[in-house]
Amino acid sequence: MSRRASIAIERWTPLSRAASIIAAALVATLVLAPLFLDANAIDRLTTLFIYILLGTMWNALAGYGGLVSVGQQAFFGIGAYAAIRLSHAGVAVYPALILGALFAGLFSLLLSTFALRLRGGEFAIGMWVVAELCHLLVNLDGLIQGETGTSLIALDAIAPGHRRDDTYWLALAAMVTLLALVFALLRGRLGGSIQAIRDNEEAAASLGVKVLAAKRIIFIIAGTGCGMAGTLWLASSITFQPQAYFGVQWTAYMIFMALVGGLGTFEGPILGAVLFFAIELFFGASGIWYLVGLGAAALIFALFLPRGIWGTVEDRFGLRLLPLGYTVRIPAAAEPAAGGDRSASRVGSLPRC
Amino acid sequence: MIWVNQIVQGVLLGGYYAVLACGLSLMFGVMRIINLAHGDLAVLAAFLVWLLTERLGIPLAPALILVLAGMAALGVALQRVVLERSLRAGILVPLLSTFGLAIVIENLLFEGFGADTRSLAPAIGSLAYDSWSISDEIYVGRLSVLIFALAVLLLAGLQLLLSRTQLGRALRATAEDPDTAELVGINSRGVYAAAAAIAVVTAAIGGVLFAMRAAFAPYAGPSQLIFAFEAVVIGGLSSLWGTLAGGIVLGVAQSIGAQLDPHGFLIAGHVVFLLVLAIRLALGSAEARGRLRTLLGKSA
Repeated sequence: MSRRASIAIERWTPLSRAASIIAAALVATLVLAPLFLDANAIDRLTTLFIYILLGTMWNALAGYGGLVSVGQQAFFGIGAYAAIRLSHAGVAVYPALILGALFAGLFSLLLSTFALRLRGGEFAIGMWVVAELCHLLVNLDGLIQGETGTSLIALDAIAPGHRRDDTYWLALAAMVTLLALVFALLRGRLGGSIQAIRDNEEAAASLGVKVLAAKRIIFIIAGTGCGMAGTLWLASSITFQPQAYFGVQWTAYMIFMALVGGLGTFEGPILGAVLFFAIELFFGASGIWYLVGLGAAALIFALFLPRGIWGTVEDRFGLRLLPLGYTVRIPAAAEPAAGGDRSASRVGSLPRC
Repeated sequence: MIWVNQIVQGVLLGGYYAVLACGLSLMFGVMRIINLAHGDLAVLAAFLVWLLTERLGIPLAPALILVLAGMAALGVALQRVVLERSLRAGILVPLLSTFGLAIVIENLLFEGFGADTRSLAPAIGSLAYDSWSISDEIYVGRLSVLIFALAVLLLAGLQLLLSRTQLGRALRATAEDPDTAELVGINSRGVYAAAAAIAVVTAAIGGVLFAMRAAFAPYAGPSQLIFAFEAVVIGGLSSLWGTLAGGIVLGVAQSIGAQLDPHGFLIAGHVVFLLVLAIRLALGSAEARGRLRTLLGKSA
């Protein structure tokens, strides 16, 4: 009797408290970074934020929603294209970047009624076809001039120093906002629904989970997030060449980040993005072998470590940095055989894929 | 008359798509896997044939036999090393692993052969450009007609294999239910390996035909995969003759699109594919609603 009373279900552990404080401090430091970092470092960090955003979005789709998309570059490109169009129509450049992302979100909303009814591989390649079609149609726009592309001229008018810092802050704000949104959703009721769907769609539906609604929310967030990544990419590179935005290599990068970091964990894709960023920094110059390595890493992780680095660490050591799941704590007195706090086991945390 | 010509060319193009797609369809039918490296395997075979004929001077026929045998072995290896493990890990993992494999193959091809486009057209001499005239305005390429005939033969052969042979029965049984098939003494591992070998060999044949028809380059795989997949889906997943029909629909759409606009070839193909999917989904849900209504009607 007393034993049952002493079992507690916790979201927050001392570790997750510490990690959350460190994360908040890190974000605060990053906000101030333009004051003490040089231009090159700021550019690099902007790129890293875009990668983290992309990795997290793809992970939300595949790792939580069970939707493997080979066509997320559609939203990446549509967001950038919409920003170009809006800016051309006279919208101020930074609002155009945000509106571009929202346009990509709107596009994903329209697409969701169709795309989400496709299953597994049909969805994967169906999305790819959508991305190819978007690419071809954007090429037809006279403003874009086919593969020649165009540039975000309005941004050129801003002094490079200001532009760099503003884009950096926008990237940071977008990343933190979208990650927080995904985090809040996964922590709430939707999180449970989404994981139930990923594990067994029919069973989830039979328990009253609104499958299509839950998937749609994830799909729209991922569409908006990838669109935002696209407009940020546009802001940092200025030029818009359709090939560079609608290319399937973006999906390869996203798969790498989510899979290597840890599919179905919140922290995983962030780790994956940092790894991808570091690999690109050190090996990007080696060109083709670098791409071969990315593909091989995705293949090897899919086969041998499907939970990725973070998922494996989490499983092995019971680490959980952010308070996303639940922890059942059984005090030593209540369960002497298992021996103290080591007996803590998790319920409601993310199950294996 | 120009439209009749475009339709004829489109139908013939559909034959090529059917060859390319039947392996994808078979693999999906038996293993429920969509192999995202299918197109890259096709291009790999094209490069291997090119290497043997152009670089090593081996005549085309023995080169083809060598490459197809090698690709069959590669199919078995693919099944044993990649697909088997992926299948055990869930329905999403095969997509991830075959996508990783696709990136590895195409970049290795680029590393080995460079960015130049190549063609096997020189290896087949005048067949590459000979044509028959049907009327004053309609000419059909001999190669296109041969490819279409080959597609029909290949599909008929696969159909016979599936319906008449021991292996075919085992394939169909495993496709229905691998566990029950095991219970009646079918070695599903062997069946899967055979299916993968057949799928990769047909992909290789498709790749070689592609290389004879047109120029190919290391990164040509993904677009061929998309065409093959579109043919399979338009024709109805895992039906062989449906794949030919799907290929023809796709080929005709592309051919007509190309006539309408220089950019129309790809756009028309993709649009028709998405339209077919959307219509099928709409009909499917109407059917489901109808069923629901009858259920409700009965209970009331």
